Amino acid sequence: MTTLTDPPKEQFRLSMLLYDTRYRSATIQVIAMIGFMLLAAWIISNTIQNLEALGKPVEFGFFAEPASYDINQRLLEYDSRDSHLRAAFIGLLNTLVVAVLGCITATIVGVLVGVLRLSNNWLVARIMTVYVEMFRNVPVLLWIVLAMAILIESLPAPRAFRGENPEATMNLFDSVAVTNRGIYVPEFLFSRSLGDIHIFGTSSLRFDISLDLIAILIVLGGSIFAMRKVSAWAQAKQEASGDRPTIWHIQLGILFVPMIVLLTILGFHLGFPELKGFNFTGGTHLRNSLIALWLALSLYTAAFIAEIVRAGILAISKGQTEAASALGLRPGRTMRLVILPQALRVIIPPMISNYLNLTKNSSLAIAVGYMDITGTLGGITMNQTGRELECVLLLMLVYLSISLSISAVMNWYNNRVKLVER
Amino acid sequence: MSDVSFVRTEMLPEQAPPASEVGALGWVKHNLFSSWFNTILTVVSLYAIYYVLSGVLPWIFQSVWNADSLNECREIMMATWGSTHGHACWAVINDRWLQLLFGFYPSHLYWRPILALVLLLVALAPVLYSDRVPTKMLIFSAIYPFLMPFLMWGGTIWGPISAALGFVAGWFVYSVLSKQVSELVGMIGAVVAAVIWWLVLSSYFTGAMSSVLPIGIEAVESRQFGGFMLAILLGVVAIGVSLPIGIVLALGRQSDLLIVKYLCVGFIEFIRGVPLITLLFVASLLLNLFLPPGTNFDIILRVMIMMTLFSAAYMAEVIRGGLAALPRGQYEGADSLGLNYWQAQRLIIMPQALKISIPGIVSTFIGIFKDTTLVSIIGLFDVIGLASAIRADTAWNGIYWELFAFIALLFFIVCFSMSRYSMYLERKLQTGHR
Repeated sequence: MTTLTDPPKEQFRLSMLLYDTRYRSATIQVIAMIGFMLLAAWIISNTIQNLEALGKPVEFGFFAEPASYDINQRLLEYDSRDSHLRAAFIGLLNTLVVAVLGCITATIVGVLVGVLRLSNNWLVARIMTVYVEMFRNVPVLLWIVLAMAILIESLPAPRAFRGENPEATMNLFDSVAVTNRGIYVPEFLFSRSLGDIHIFGTSSLRFDISLDLIAILIVLGGSIFAMRKVSAWAQAKQEASGDRPTIWHIQLGILFVPMIVLLTILGFHLGFPELKGFNFTGGTHLRNSLIALWLALSLYTAAFIAEIVRAGILAISKGQTEAASALGLRPGRTMRLVILPQALRVIIPPMISNYLNLTKNSSLAIAVGYMDITGTLGGITMNQTGRELECVLLLMLVYLSISLSISAVMNWYNNRVKLVER
Repeated sequence: MSDVSFVRTEMLPEQAPPASEVGALGWVKHNLFSSWFNTILTVVSLYAIYYVLSGVLPWIFQSVWNADSLNECREIMMATWGSTHGHACWAVINDRWLQLLFGFYPSHLYWRPILALVLLLVALAPVLYSDRVPTKMLIFSAIYPFLMPFLMWGGTIWGPISAALGFVAGWFVYSVLSKQVSELVGMIGAVVAAVIWWLVLSSYFTGAMSSVLPIGIEAVESRQFGGFMLAILLGVVAIGVSLPIGIVLALGRQSDLLIVKYLCVGFIEFIRGVPLITLLFVASLLLNLFLPPGTNFDIILRVMIMMTLFSAAYMAEVIRGGLAALPRGQYEGADSLGLNYWQAQRLIIMPQALKISIPGIVSTFIGIFKDTTLVSIIGLFDVIGLASAIRADTAWNGIYWELFAFIALLFFIVCFSMSRYSMYLERKLQTGHR
């Protein structure tokens, strides 16, 4: 008969830090941490020494100094006496403008192309393949520079619109002027405007929000809310009685009548661009740089989105479509109720990462002189003040926070729609 | 007797399908005119194709190939076709194509980048077509990373040789120590030996050897690099170096070691969160600030470092996708065989994970290759930088379609063939199950 004895007491030896798997991971982590901190300390001390030698200590006081350069395409008022911080803020808004415009256009074009690539029509599918391959395999910078060159070199100058028999005429009932200095489109004006709210007083981040816009958004939101109520009522009635009441005319009424009433109250009218002297005045002036960037970025990204949409639709197995038609669903409903909800799970994450790419690619604005955050903070401000370290690090921080907030949204969505597996 | 055989007893011969259902006619009917909507689409597409081709084909083929300036081009066009519109002036490409391809690389040395490119294909062959090329060719692939800088930059041959000797020293120390002491000590010893060689001994070695045996070829400075050659150089270096770094980062991100994991996550997310152009700003303006005072190495090398870090982060995510796509059973199987971490990675996980991630790796490569054009923004003369320079030249002021079409064609050929190769590889490596 054997008796259990205590296992021999282990002595801790130094070599166990390496050879015992219980301690090895801790050792490796401590070494990695020390290595990382040494590297960081080395870089920081080098930077401090170098900056001292250059006589440029790190400080952000230059942001309060007047920028003394002009930003011609902007959303808020700005002039060259404003501070560098104001310029960077205007630049950030410009980045967001081109990113939002680009994402919307790219989505529309991309979804259309992606669906058409799957078309039964051989010719259409081939044309769309050519489009996708052409845009995917050529650098986006080339498209941006080319779009800019086409706009500048091939469009008529404003003076071509002058005289009795002008060489160029305005499009769309004399409302849009396409010139080599940019495109002039009608602007929205309100004769009985509600005015603006001024946020942040006179600081660099001051911000005017038009009350008209807020009123329009509130009415639009209210209409959409009412429309959803009506369609929920119709749904309830259908489930109770089996008959779905006709509601489309009610829906249209709810959408348009309050909006038309509001616009009439505000005195809505369009301000058309007019030729005065050698240039157009009035209307909204979209500069070439904005249009070139917008066009090139959205067409480029659309090619990628098209591939994502195509892959997403192809990823749904044929059995799903067959099962849906076995249940008696019509093709439209099959798409809406069976295919799309499943395809979106595949489509949306890469789609968002493409939006992110578009936003990051918008930094190429600097190549065509569009004043986004790279053009202001990382361009003229940096060159004028000579503060490379501060400007580049801040620029990275701005892009990093945009990216991280978008990917936070994406992670939230992914977790919400994730299939539960083992 | 019952012979009321109204049931046919012999088979009828098969009839040919209707002529409208087979052959070219049937194909057209099914693919182009199957419904009224399809017919409209077909007609619209045909018109669009006609419209584009009727503009582009005369532009390409009724063109001027020999002229010294855009004005001369236009005079020739006026003389020949009576209008300057709708005719290409390829003379600019004829005049400048060598510059667009090689930048300011000395023209009598063009053979060196060309040879480097050819040897690159030779070095890649055993990797890309592993089933058709003998494995022994891999030795050349190992030599190539040292041969390529020698060919491109020139100078003494002892520099690359001394860099290679660092690896030899490391390997030697590893093989001695891992037998005598242990594998882990061998690894650490190898890294230390190689670093000591590179930082301390190699400069003496290079100096001594080049004074004894001055073998070398004409040196070319980095600022003479440019054109499409620069794009290929940057792309190849960035991808080649970033692949191993990416594997390490991906493993780090998947690892159980918390600190290592968060260091890797932080690096990857930081790099992926900022645009490449800001990293290039760092390369051109800040990298020298981060290094010891007085360090000053050339801009191409700095750009290479930042592009490598950039592509390593993307590569890490691609490989992580491959790792995540492996079924858990593979990891569990490796554990149950008693393999340790590195053995499991080397023998079971990596071969499968890398195979799954090949399409991603190739598309990262295509992305990086296209992104090399961004260096024109920080003032390097790659193709787009050169195109701007040519457009600013008084002789060619106002030309754009021809230049950009040529550049786009260059990129298209390279990127398109790479994506086709990746599709071929996917088909070849498809084992029929996942």
